[in-house]
Amino acid sequence: MGLPSMIKQSSCLSSLTHPQKPPFPARNAQNFRDPDANFRMTATLFSARRFKSVKAEKQLCPLDNVDHNQVLDLPGGKVVLTPEMRFISESPVERAQCYRVLDNDGQLIMCSNFKKVSEEIAVKMYTDMVTLQTMDAVFYEAQRQGRISFYATTIGEEAINIASAAALTTDDLVFPQYREPGVLLWRGFTLQEFANQCFGNKADYGKGRQMPIHYGSSKLNYFTVSATIATQLPHAVGAAYSLKMDRRNACVITYFGDGGSSEGDFHAALNFSAVMEVPVIFFCRNNGWAISTPTSDQFRSDGVVGRGRGYGVRSIRVDGNDALAIYSAVHAAREMAISECRPILIEALTYRVGHHSTSDDSTKYRPVDEIEWWRSARDPVARFRKWIESNGWWCSEAESELRNNVREQLLHAIQVAEKVEKPPLAELFMDVYDVPPSNLCEQEKLLGETVRRNPQYYPSDVSL
Amino acid sequence: MTVRDALNSALDEEMSADPKVFLMGEEVGEYQGAYKISKGLLEKYGPERVLDTPITEAGFTGIGVGAAYYGLRPIVEFMTFNFSMQAIDHIINSAAKSNYMSAGQISVPIVFRGPNGAAAGVGAQHSQCYAAWYATCPGLKVLCPYSSEDARGLLKAAIRDPDPVVFLENELLYGESFPVSAESLDSSFCLPIGKAKIEREGKDVTITAFSKMVGYALKAAEILAKEGISAEVINLRSIRPLDRSTINASVRKTNRLITVEEGFPQHGVGAEICTSVIEESFGYLDAPVERIAGADVPMPYAANLERMAVPQVEDIVRAAKRACYRSVPLAAAA
Repeated sequence: MGLPSMIKQSSCLSSLTHPQKPPFPARNAQNFRDPDANFRMTATLFSARRFKSVKAEKQLCPLDNVDHNQVLDLPGGKVVLTPEMRFISESPVERAQCYRVLDNDGQLIMCSNFKKVSEEIAVKMYTDMVTLQTMDAVFYEAQRQGRISFYATTIGEEAINIASAAALTTDDLVFPQYREPGVLLWRGFTLQEFANQCFGNKADYGKGRQMPIHYGSSKLNYFTVSATIATQLPHAVGAAYSLKMDRRNACVITYFGDGGSSEGDFHAALNFSAVMEVPVIFFCRNNGWAISTPTSDQFRSDGVVGRGRGYGVRSIRVDGNDALAIYSAVHAAREMAISECRPILIEALTYRVGHHSTSDDSTKYRPVDEIEWWRSARDPVARFRKWIESNGWWCSEAESELRNNVREQLLHAIQVAEKVEKPPLAELFMDVYDVPPSNLCEQEKLLGETVRRNPQYYPSDVSL
Repeated sequence: MTVRDALNSALDEEMSADPKVFLMGEEVGEYQGAYKISKGLLEKYGPERVLDTPITEAGFTGIGVGAAYYGLRPIVEFMTFNFSMQAIDHIINSAAKSNYMSAGQISVPIVFRGPNGAAAGVGAQHSQCYAAWYATCPGLKVLCPYSSEDARGLLKAAIRDPDPVVFLENELLYGESFPVSAESLDSSFCLPIGKAKIEREGKDVTITAFSKMVGYALKAAEILAKEGISAEVINLRSIRPLDRSTINASVRKTNRLITVEEGFPQHGVGAEICTSVIEESFGYLDAPVERIAGADVPMPYAANLERMAVPQVEDIVRAAKRACYRSVPLAAAA
């Protein structure tokens, strides 16, 4: 099995500064005794040359025309020598800019560079965003009524969910966290299927094994949600390696939050993805809050996007409330990931408008005004609506019809899901292994007989 | 055939038989494995199937699990199982649970392998048995080969198995040679997972052991034979699933049981075997069950103390004699 022929050797990134000539003058020994002369940390120095030794050899620009006496030739590549003692700044001089296509009023920003979206796709994107919003409202209410044990909303992150999904194909594998049900929705998971999972009934594809919102669908290439934070990142890299070995025309996307980027798995996944050169998109939903921990307590320097370069991973920062920007960025990321067989890091800046989950009351640790401002003035769904309306693709009649329809479908789905039987007793023992071992078969038999003999001691909702 | 060659040939044959099988870990390629188990494989199968990884156990373990989620059959080598502690989240929370949590939608055909247990003179962080740790977790299968035949047959079974398998080797056994049958050299050879092997038949006392301790138990049985005690030695081979029926059938015959392991005594493999016998064969026991285990301390480095911290052949002999009333039981002597 050889490497896919489509893999190109990565070329020198144009953004890297490449000194044709060492910019520093020769120093005499005298200067070394003068600490002030050599220990000046000024911003201009850093902005001039910040990237020297950390890139893998093949990603760095060749240094063929530099005098060999001024170069350190290492197994990891050539590094230019300098007599100046200069520490690399702990943060970039300028923060990475954020890519945006639609302004706050949903109007195209002049000269914006984006991937065109057809009317059909745009309308589906919008209706799915509204559906997601409505699903959150209805399921959240169902949890408050005690009908399901847990729920987490995606409010404020509808554009991230739907637009990123729209830019991919169903052949692309998804390793989600838990705030991306919109990706499944886009791929055709029905409201009834969502409800079946949340109610853990026997029609749930997970057979009621996982807590609500931990959806999974092998048919839709959406891997069952992993509750342990950031473990999906290395899994995504492994699956991307599998795609690479099979030479598939597809990539993997994995989602995580700003908090997840602090896990060791984030480091492992980015480093391995760069070294193994696999087609994976790391999509960070930087929504400002990891439960009650703000990003200022999560990391320093310039957020998540800045880490990409440290690992040799191409990266971009996008406005997470701008569906067109997300769609365009993910579309481009997918192209690069597949055609160049490389990882891409996307940091989408947004705000978690909802509470972390139904176990959380976020007004205890952040101002209500702040939440409301993001909910109303920065709503990604309203922004996208303005754009499709200005194109003549949407109107207020369609809006009210859609919202009423979706709400009715959801209420119906919940009623149905509630009535469907829960998984039978035998399911307790299935799928621990591919084939149940003898001890589990014995336990199942014994438990079944015991329940049959003593039904008064066992709940009546477990069918034999 | 040495255990090393047995493992190497098993890897080679399974990689040759199935292009989905690949090996990853630290130093498995160019260096051919810290203990040379992967000798020649890089040359034969190339760098896409024999991957030298960065030094992040959690990284290559998680990546292996992800690759297994989507179609490949990874073999992840730990330089020693002590280092698997840095990756245990992926082994337990991801590999062991995903098939169940996804209701069979995501199977995880992966093998985690490497040397386990006490080596010699390498101290606490290189000398620990993890059999009981992994065997406590549903969803995993845990295999411990002793001989070259075990190594070949069980590793081939592990690689072909659809479930995640923790494969615990022993560094001190790598260089040991064992006679092998012609049958076990066939490339189709495979041992059943979950079946123990009676290494030596006997009628007076049952000794269960796994990995290196099987050799000690066999030596003890030889000494005991000279003193007129017929010991039956069971090589467990599989810690999960545990072959309770073979163990119980043996105890019902000998009426006495000694369990041997290098790991710590509390919540150990011996404790589980003892419970199984108490539950299923209590009425057959003629003597208290004795557990021979490693000392309840992290492994010391100094050679004299290290020897005292792991079971010795004499410990097994003495325990068997006590069980057979040839010496004063421990409880009575206290």
